Amino acid sequence: MPLFAAAIVCFGLIKRVPVFDCFIQGAREGAGVLFQIAPTIIGLVFAVSLLRSSGAVVAICKFVQPAADFLGFPKEVVPMAMLRPVSGSGSSALLISVYEQCGPDSFAGRVASVIAGSSETTFYAVAMYYGSIGIRNVRHTLVAAIAADLTAFAVSVIVVKSFL
Amino acid sequence: MLNYIWSAIVVASIICSVVCGNTQELSTAVIDSGAAAIELLITMAGVMCLWSGIMKIAEKSGFTALIAKVFLPLLRLLFPNLDPQGETFGSITMNISANLLGLGNTATPFGLKAMQGLNKLNGGSKTASDEMVIFVVMNTASLQLLPTMLGTLRQSYGSKAPFEIMTCVWISSACALAVALTLAIGLNKFKVGRK
Repeated sequence: MPLFAAAIVCFGLIKRVPVFDCFIQGAREGAGVLFQIAPTIIGLVFAVSLLRSSGAVVAICKFVQPAADFLGFPKEVVPMAMLRPVSGSGSSALLISVYEQCGPDSFAGRVASVIAGSSETTFYAVAMYYGSIGIRNVRHTLVAAIAADLTAFAVSVIVVKSFL
Repeated sequence: MLNYIWSAIVVASIICSVVCGNTQELSTAVIDSGAAAIELLITMAGVMCLWSGIMKIAEKSGFTALIAKVFLPLLRLLFPNLDPQGETFGSITMNISANLLGLGNTATPFGLKAMQGLNKLNGGSKTASDEMVIFVVMNTASLQLLPTMLGTLRQSYGSKAPFEIMTCVWISSACALAVALTLAIGLNKFKVGRK
């Protein structure tokens, strides 16, 4: 990525654009956007940390366990998959704990890796993007996004079983 | 919608903490979360300003337009109502390129800019437009060509082949993206949630 930045700056120089002036202008806009989304982020971090500390995640995992067993989903990965849609740092922490428990090259480790690579922090992204421009009615965004995450979870198990 | 989800998370967590006897942890988390949020914002602030600045150069020098050409056919299909020369289209392009490279933090500023452009097109309405749904859904099912972070993490925990999972990641995220776009576009056609 630093190379990419350098390439853009060089391209700007070749095209005789006032590079530094542009940079300052853009950075100012960036700071403005950040200021706008700050309340949304604070609200989200608050909700997610409540969720993590209350033990709700553990309770939900117990509830989902039978379904996960049925699908051949490794049980070590369930908490990580549950947390993935709401918290990037939280699910990364759980990914690491899967690596420590089972090793990155175990079945559980591989499934966890593929899930981490192929799904996003859905709820967080939806709230942040819509929150930044004050959208209240997100229509069917969540339905489509959650369907995508569930697909990623299911396909992860299948591809790891058949390819690795 | 978000109002309900947010309150559901907060209320459910508090009830659950009482039932499970985790009230002490919960109170600590409430206090810590404020600090954690500000910490996150400060980390983001640097990246955000830096990349917004760099991308301004890209935009003014015509670099964005150049990259946008590569994705033009695909993006024109997904966003038929957008001006391919416009700034919003450029932000969407850069957001997708950064996501493809596995640079989540870099993708976010472009995504936020794209949303502001789409908001203008939508006349500042409180209801999401078809384009917004497609764009956000694409972001939540982001396709990654090079899961660099993941590979590094696997390697540091002693994986013999840190990047062996790559093909699986591609297949899995391509499936997720296909499902997401099909649902988003399909439901757009039926004008779901439109008044």
